[in-house]
Amino acid sequence: MRQSRARTDRLREVFDGERRRLALSFQDLILTLHRYWSAQGCVLLQPYDLEMGAGTFHPATVLRALGPDSWKCAYVQPCRRPTDGRYGANPNRLGHYYQYQVMLKPSPPDLQQLYLGSLAEIGVDFLKHDIRFVEDDWESPTLGAWGLGWEVWCDGMEVTQFTYFQQVGGFECRPVGGELTYGLERLAMYVQGVDNVFDLAFNDSGVTYGDVFLDNEKQMSEWNFEVADTETLFDLFRKAAAECENCLAARLAIPAYEQAIKASHLFNTLQARGVISVPERQAYIGRVRDLARAACAAWLDAHGQPAGQAA
Amino acid sequence: MADFLLELLSEEIPARMQARARNDLARLFAEELDKAGLETGAVDVHSTPRRLVLIARDVASETQAAREEIKGPKASAPPQALDGFLRKTGLEREQLEERDGVLFAVVDRPGRPAAAVIGEALERIIAAFPWPKSMRWGGGETRWVRPLHGIVALLGEEIVPVEVGGIASGATTLGHRFHHPGAITIGGAGDYAEKLRACHVIVDQDERERLIRDGAEKAAADAGLKLLPDEGLVVENAGLAEWPVPLLGRFDSDYLDVPREVIVLTMRTHQKYFACTDGQGALAPAFVCVANIDARDGGAAIVEGNRRVLAARLADARFFWEQDLKVPLEAFLPRLEAMLLYEDMGSLRAKADRIAELAAAICRTWFPERDAETARRAGLLAKADLATAMVGEFPELQGIMGGHYAERGGEKPGVVSALRQQYLPCAEGCIPACVALADRIDTLASFFAKGIKPTGSKDPFALRRAALAIIQTILANGTRMSLRDAFAMAEAKADVVELMDFVADRLKVQQREAGVRHDLIDAVFALGGEDDLVRLLARVKALQEFVETGDGADLLVAYKRAANILKRENWTAPEIMSSPAEQGIPQTGEEDPLVLVEEPGMAEAVAEMASGSAGAALPQEQALVAALDSAEPQAVAAVEAEDFTGAMAALARLRGPIDAFFDHVTVNDPDPAARERRLNLLLRFRDAVHRVADFSRIEG
Repeated sequence: MRQSRARTDRLREVFDGERRRLALSFQDLILTLHRYWSAQGCVLLQPYDLEMGAGTFHPATVLRALGPDSWKCAYVQPCRRPTDGRYGANPNRLGHYYQYQVMLKPSPPDLQQLYLGSLAEIGVDFLKHDIRFVEDDWESPTLGAWGLGWEVWCDGMEVTQFTYFQQVGGFECRPVGGELTYGLERLAMYVQGVDNVFDLAFNDSGVTYGDVFLDNEKQMSEWNFEVADTETLFDLFRKAAAECENCLAARLAIPAYEQAIKASHLFNTLQARGVISVPERQAYIGRVRDLARAACAAWLDAHGQPAGQAA
Repeated sequence: MADFLLELLSEEIPARMQARARNDLARLFAEELDKAGLETGAVDVHSTPRRLVLIARDVASETQAAREEIKGPKASAPPQALDGFLRKTGLEREQLEERDGVLFAVVDRPGRPAAAVIGEALERIIAAFPWPKSMRWGGGETRWVRPLHGIVALLGEEIVPVEVGGIASGATTLGHRFHHPGAITIGGAGDYAEKLRACHVIVDQDERERLIRDGAEKAAADAGLKLLPDEGLVVENAGLAEWPVPLLGRFDSDYLDVPREVIVLTMRTHQKYFACTDGQGALAPAFVCVANIDARDGGAAIVEGNRRVLAARLADARFFWEQDLKVPLEAFLPRLEAMLLYEDMGSLRAKADRIAELAAAICRTWFPERDAETARRAGLLAKADLATAMVGEFPELQGIMGGHYAERGGEKPGVVSALRQQYLPCAEGCIPACVALADRIDTLASFFAKGIKPTGSKDPFALRRAALAIIQTILANGTRMSLRDAFAMAEAKADVVELMDFVADRLKVQQREAGVRHDLIDAVFALGGEDDLVRLLARVKALQEFVETGDGADLLVAYKRAANILKRENWTAPEIMSSPAEQGIPQTGEEDPLVLVEEPGMAEAVAEMASGSAGAALPQEQALVAALDSAEPQAVAAVEAEDFTGAMAALARLRGPIDAFFDHVTVNDPDPAARERRLNLLLRFRDAVHRVADFSRIEG
């Protein structure tokens, strides 16, 4: 027993030594990725100003994945998953967190190498840490989208979702875009060797992730699970869906898609409140998918030909 | 002759798809070469996470030359026919050969070089490779499991030209992604595996599996522990690493409070780790992960990283465990209201009530010495764990968690055991059997009542598996019950005959593996009354032993002969005997023809008529009558006493007399009275046999 404790201590020492060398703060991690992907020719976007469950929902990924035009972008997207909220009490789960999203279309032949390059930039030593590409196919029922790829493991921890889009909004992606979604908090916890997300160093001046977000997690969990007025939410859902139809009638793909995003998030919030039954759930997902599909179809109507050519 | 090497280098192939891909590649390659007439020696296939490899030994240098003859029109045929034939073959009239007035085109197909044949074959194989899921990438239309990057195709030392989606074949590949990312030039099939080994890639999956199996065992043994063997994990890890290095790590022993199944499953499904036990067989706070590199620090950082991930996972699991334990299992029942079964079959909560009722009824009826209330309680709680946090996270632990929570909640051992066993293919013990049967009987009855049944290969609700579980549970426990009555007890009212037929079909499939003949099961089922599966199988077993003896085989021949004569003569039972059917009473084949006859005098007359004993009979007739008089009641009594071997022995005594009857007696006697008497005697013989089994269903 004593021997194993000594061994564990030694391992911790090794790891902590490395951590100090890596030790990027949360914001430096983002800056490092920004610099790296900027150098690869990506447009660096700021977060989209709508509530959404995943960085993929950003129009810069969903809409740009369709049609023949090339596109390279990278951005941070705050993600809201009301059902994952734990009142700030769980060291690994958050109702609000950040994803770093990269989309390269068409997917370049060296996409895996480019991705590994970003890890090297963060400080991962590939002959000391075990990087794996483990099968994980991606599907979003509310977006009518799917793709094949992997979750990327670093020493057994999933740090990135790596996907080659095959379909979005029910339409084939031609060419295929490659999408990378980094879980920023997880990656930062790994880099900093921290066991509790709220202990992450947000910057190098002593501000932690908890200082910034703990109160947010507590209050938002309470609101999502206990307080949110479900009648209002149902009403907002109906209104977003109706407004989406209104936009579609005017052939405005982007505003229509925004309303679909809103409907999707309202549905997530209603689910957290536990007021959507199992059969209703399928109906709601179907409703959001129909809206998203129609918006994608409208986008393709305008962008189905390479830029500069008439549709 | 030369050896051929193919390597298809791609991005990481899902581990679970590699074995099938190897087989498909070997099969398609063999088919293509066979079609082209190119001979080859042994074909080996290998895979790594990034490669699909085929090595064919001693490939012939060219296909065999072939001479093909195409038959054309007659020499005398009209010119249009000849013109058409010449167009089709591309030959001139004078190149055709004429034999017996018919024209033939003779086409010589010279041997084609192997490289050309293989090149074409590979393009076809790659284009139509049967991956379970494939994808496109970049701007191309080529499909592969993940983006394809390179093709090494070497026949001897020569490159076989192949091009797929802009990727041309060559002689270079890449080594290990991190240890040797640079290009390697391959000389041929002979040096391929060794060159890759030097670049940290072990091409052969069997070797990698061995390294993982042995290495993981050793890592555990070095720590004084024992590895929990898991072949599935060995294969999966071998599909995830080109250079597998098993490493042992430890986790905080505080987590051992969480049930063992949860820890093992967390490690297995989420992290692909092996679990270890200590000297006493208890779960040890250790894991073995398999890395894909020879880490420069000996793996210390990898182990520590994996330990942290596992700790977070186990913390989650412990959170669910503690959360679920805050309330008794029963408290989860209301949450089943919102969990709906297929379409309009109600909620899981309603199902829990149905299982409780049915389990209690089954217990009361067939296990009267046991406490039906325990069965009811177990049935009620059976599905409660589906609403727990742990099962929400690990659906595979359904039932097992219910067992743990019930145990912690002080439920009776029978309840705990029933909850644990409810999803197993076979539940053992009285209360577990009652619950397992009630659950499946309710499921089958509910679906059949709605007209939902499996068709062909489609069985989306696993109804066949449910039927099989019923069979296995009844047989394993030796439960003596009328399955028909049990189906009738279900709340959903389905056609019981249809349900019994469904179970009978499953029984035949299940028993086939045990070497029991399906026709014999049919022969006993056809009697109609048998729905006690234990008795049915005992009867089938005795029947099988009997028909495999000389007596049995001979009796079967005689039976078929008698049945054929009766059929040919369209001879049915005398009118009075067929009356039950006419009165709408279903005939089970076991009726006593005398039950409907109430007057004593009448009974005698009917019996006499039925046995055909009136008038002057030949000695062989008399002997058969005597044999029937003695064997029939014996067979009936033996069946009654469930002495099926005895029943067969009684039938066996008919063999001599019936053979003698056929040898010496003409059934179609010119005398109508004799003919009728003999036909009635055959009828009686057939009916006597039917007391044991419907021999018309027996094959052979």
